[in-house]
Parts: sequence; C-alpha cells; structure tokens
Amino acid sequence: MAENTNKEVDKIVDHLFRHESGKMVAVLTRVFGFPNIEQAEDIVQDTIIRALETWKFGKLPDNPQAWLYRTAKNKAIDLIRRQKVKHKIENDIAPLLRSEYTMMPAMNEMFTENEIKDSQLRMMFACCHPSISQEGQISLMLKTLCGLSTHEIAKAFLTSEDTIQKRIYRTREKIKEEKISLDYPGADAMVNRTDTVLKTLYLLFNEGYNSSHPEKLIREDLCEEAMRLLMLLTETPKTNLPQTNALLALMCYHISRFNSRLDDKGLIVLLKDQNRAQWNTFLIDKGNEYLQFSANGEVIHDFHIEAAIASAHANAPSYEETDWKMILQLYNTLLQRTNSTVVALNRAVVLGEVEGYEKAITELENMKGLEENCYYNASLADMYLKQGNSELAKEFLRKALTLTSSNAEIELVRRKLADCK
Amino acid sequence: MFLYRGKEGGHGLSPEAMQKHMEKWYAWMGDLAKKGIMGASEPLQPTGKQVSGSKKVVTDGPFIEAKEMIGGYTVVNAKDINEAVEIAKGCPVFEVDGKLEVRPIQKM
Repeated sequence: MAENTNKEVDKIVDHLFRHESGKMVAVLTRVFGFPNIEQAEDIVQDTIIRALETWKFGKLPDNPQAWLYRTAKNKAIDLIRRQKVKHKIENDIAPLLRSEYTMMPAMNEMFTENEIKDSQLRMMFACCHPSISQEGQISLMLKTLCGLSTHEIAKAFLTSEDTIQKRIYRTREKIKEEKISLDYPGADAMVNRTDTVLKTLYLLFNEGYNSSHPEKLIREDLCEEAMRLLMLLTETPKTNLPQTNALLALMCYHISRFNSRLDDKGLIVLLKDQNRAQWNTFLIDKGNEYLQFSANGEVIHDFHIEAAIASAHANAPSYEETDWKMILQLYNTLLQRTNSTVVALNRAVVLGEVEGYEKAITELENMKGLEENCYYNASLADMYLKQGNSELAKEFLRKALTLTSSNAEIELVRRKLADCK
Repeated sequence: MFLYRGKEGGHGLSPEAMQKHMEKWYAWMGDLAKKGIMGASEPLQPTGKQVSGSKKVVTDGPFIEAKEMIGGYTVVNAKDINEAVEIAKGCPVFEVDGKLEVRPIQKM
C-alpha cells in the first residue's frame, strides 16, 4: 500500500468532495423534502468526514464516488428508520421509504446517474424560484449545488461570513413560507422558469469573470461552477433550449480569454494588447459549436446577441481585423431590446472603431447617469486619447481613478495616465 | 506507533478544505513511505464492541468519550522515541486540533 500512496493520490479527482457534496445534498433533499434540507446537509457532511478519516491513511476505495454514495445512503436509511426527520416526508418517494422492502431499492434508484441529474435540476429550479431574491438565489445555489461553505461564498463575494449566513437563513425561511417544493414547474411555466435559472447562472458567471477579486482561483471557481450547472441544463431535453446553448457559447468564448486578460504581474491586459495565441482554441471551438446549436427555434434571446458579439471577438485573427461593423449592428439590436446603459457604453466604444472617435465622444458625452462610473470615464478618456486630445483624456482618467477600488484597475488607469504626453 | 486520538477531524471544514486536508495526509504518509520508515497504517471503524469483566459482558461502543476515541494507527520505524516524536510533528492531524499519541512497541 505504502508504495502506491502517490499513485493513489492521482486518482482523486479535483474538487471530488465538493462536487459530490453538491450532488448528494441535491439527492437527499429530494428524498427528505425541501424543508429537511439541513438534515440532508448533515448527512453529507458526516459522509465526507468519514471518507476523510478512512481515506487519509493512503488507501482509496476502488470507486470513491460509489463509496460516498453507499455511505450517504446508509446514513439516510438509518435516519429514516430512527424517524428523526424533522418535517414529515411528503413527496412521491415517501410511500417507498415507509416499507423495508422498497426502502433500499428506492434509495439506490435515487443515486443512479439520471436521478442525480434530475435532483440537481429540481434543486436548481427551486433555488431560482422567482420569489427568492437574486443574491439569495446565487448564495443558496453555491451552498447546496456547488458544495461551497458559507466561508467560501463570503470570500467570493468579498463580504462577511455572517452576511452570507443570514442571507441563506432568510432564503430558507422564504422557502418554508412560500412552500417552495422541488417539483418542476408546469409545462407552460417551464421556459420562463428556465430563463430565470439562466439569468442566475449568467450573474454567477459574471461575478467570477468581471469581479475585481484579488484571488484568481476563486473567480475561476465561480465561472467553472456556472458552466458546470449550465452543462446540466443542456444535457436535459426540457431545459436544452436555444438560449441555454447561446449562454453556454457566450461563457465558452469569455473563458477562452481568461488567462490572457492578466499579465504575470496580475495587471489587466486590454483586448487590443492580448496575445491571441494564448486564447484557448478548444473553448472557442466549443463556443462555436454551442452557438450552432442555439440557432434554433423562433425566438431571439439577448444571450444569442451577446454570444454573437463574443464570437466575433473570439474568432477575429487580430484587433484590427475584427468585424467591427457587424459588432456594431449587434450592439444596436441589443441596445434596442435592453435599453441598458452598460450596453450603450460598450456600443459607443465600438462606434468609435467604425465611425470615428469624434462620433463616439459625442455619443458618450450625451449619456446621462454614468458620470460616476469608472468604465465610462475611462472609455471617454480612451476616445479622447485616440483622437489626440491628451489634456481631456487626463482629466477623465483622473476622475476614473477616484471611482475604483480594484488595484488592477487603478494600475491600468495609472499606466494610461503615463501614456498621455 | 502513532495513535490518532480525538473526535473525527474536519468538522466545520468545507468539502474542498477537507479534500485539501486529506491531500496533506497523503503527502505526509507518502513521504514516510518513501523514507522507508512507515510500517502498517490503518484507519479504525468508529464503532465496535466492548467486552468487560469476568462475566464477559458485551456492550456496544463508544468505548470511551469521543474525544479519546482512536481513529487509526501508524507504525513507524524510529531509532528511539525522540526520533518518533520528531516524525510525528509533521503530521497534518495538528492542523485540525487533533491529538497524536506516540508509543514505543515493546520488543520481546
């Protein structure tokens, strides 16, 4: 055994405990019912501790996943036999759990691959129930489906553990109040509810991708989790909608650039200066593939347009050879649909590439409500600089400097200031 | 021989942190194995039976308080107890407030 120790370590998959925790919590909550989620979490915690205590001696079971499921199943059955489930189990499996003849087979069935996926999907829908606040949805999803602790969630959102604990507590109270179950919404509500789930996953991804978080690993984790859950949606016919694929394409394109956005000193590298050879071509290909799948049905979703924009960037051989005209058209459509100031800001920058910086400046100067936005001031400065007006550029850069607390962003603006001669 | 005492480690840790902790155990034990000083090393199940008195009364565990429970053991080859204690100091059990007892095996 001893000689094998190092070889054995290789077999432990990255994040095995975390991912399997998420799956087991979803399955056991499905078995016990949503109000009993805490008991499900306790069992999973005990299971992982048992694994730690047993496996740390260097021996891994042949199939670690099966070992975890077996242990969790046995603990769950013990709990049911001792009748210590706080709230009565009331769901379609409940009758099967009352008889010793059917209990074990029913439990085994719940831990098959398809049922695990189904439980995760149900949990995703329940977490993204419209009556739960956006931040509550994300926190609960990270806790129950992704196996993150409140401490880790707090770290990801740069807030205190206390805040996250309260947030999750309030969300759970809401679940009980509103009697939110793990049942799927009816066929007529399915598309709408899937869109809510997509929106939450989009926000989760953005949190990881855009956040000025100092720790890259945490940000990568959030993106990875969002993509992992989204993949689940594409693997299930009823949630594998065109917009699901469009969103996944969008994420693939973005994440393909993840590593080239920062240099080795952790400083921001702008799109124009990024080394495109560092972009992950596998992910760009995947993005193209999902974008193909998304070109279906009769409805255009915002994600289709955003993915198309990201696709134009990801597939462009260089900054100069980017199809700015098409990107501008896509932004025009997106702006009409969303009327969002962030979209308008991005569109103006693209307008500068297509119709000249003069036009972009007029457009930007006419925008209202963005005066205190760091990106707005930085973009305006950039346009002035490209136009050759370094005095005004400096002015807006200095303003931008006061509007961000991210070290990487401050450094970027400083470098730009130094460029203004 | 090292006896790992105390309640099961990892309470309050996230799954990810537990996995990291376990990887440290692998590294530590792997290192002992590489140096050729590790003998048998096994985890113990948390429950068992206790046989006591002349009437040989059999009872279920826990045998003693949870904080004294032995979770497993490792036999190491050391020249004396001081060297064994030095080896023990690198054990990840201390990172989760665990206890490790070093006992020489009586040579017959």
